[in-house]
Amino acid sequence: MSAKVDTSLPLEYQTEQDRMNILGFWVFLGAEIVLFATLFGVYGVLYERYAGGPTHKDIFVIKDVMIQTVLLLTSSFTMGIAIFEMRRHNLKGLITWLVITLALGAGFLFMEINEFIHYAHEGATMQTSAFLSSLFVLLGTHGAHVTLGIGWATMVIIQLLKRGLTPTTARKTFIIGLYWHFLDVVWIFIFTFVYLKGLVA
Amino acid sequence: MEHHQSKSFPISHVIGFVVSLVLTFGAAGIALKTNLSFKVIMWIIGSLAVIQAGMQLFMFMHLREGEDGKTNLVNMIYAVFMVIVIVVGSIWVLTSGHAAH
Repeated sequence: MSAKVDTSLPLEYQTEQDRMNILGFWVFLGAEIVLFATLFGVYGVLYERYAGGPTHKDIFVIKDVMIQTVLLLTSSFTMGIAIFEMRRHNLKGLITWLVITLALGAGFLFMEINEFIHYAHEGATMQTSAFLSSLFVLLGTHGAHVTLGIGWATMVIIQLLKRGLTPTTARKTFIIGLYWHFLDVVWIFIFTFVYLKGLVA
Repeated sequence: MEHHQSKSFPISHVIGFVVSLVLTFGAAGIALKTNLSFKVIMWIIGSLAVIQAGMQLFMFMHLREGEDGKTNLVNMIYAVFMVIVIVVGSIWVLTSGHAAH
């Protein structure tokens, strides 16, 4: 908890406190991975229990899934650029790329809400079958994380505007960056083991 | 720590992004446009997903950077181990043996 500042490091790593916060967030991400693993496990067990309701091929729209995937993948890239700009001490660039990231994230969320509405119109709801219960819980948990991330990043942007780049705001920005990349990592597996798998079988 | 301040172009991010796009569309192409068996397709696109996730961890999230880089790596390896136990274990236990009859 010392106030020693090592200015040879990037801003977010300069104090012991900030380094510990970043390490702690990695540990949290480890727990998040296990949380999502349980949901993938449930889905993997139940994904063919249609109970006479719609199947993957009845409801999945591959074009919309590809758009969602590209939106989230691009937002992970722009978040990376935001952190890159932060390390060049370019506050304006950092905030610009953060806003672009959030716009892409909001686009993803818009697509996902429309997807759920489309499913409901097809008669595919959480109550329909075990397949759809596990699908909606998995997708919904990921979507809730994206929603939370957008609110969280918005608050970080407000702090950056008010306080500028300090070791503390840099650390907060770096951590929301890690969180955002993590959401894309989860999506890669949803894309592969839910959508593509469902359309192959 | 790497030489962050001096670089003016985020080359590793751009490479990571382009490769991610190639892996994503490659996986979609293999899954939807080929006539390979289900098992073969799942092994291929599953591997592509793992490669892409690894790229996110190393190229975008800087997993190994800083004095806790090694701790982060061990933490993630353990998380992956837990994922395999939970996902493969659940599916195995609940779809084989007595459950299959």
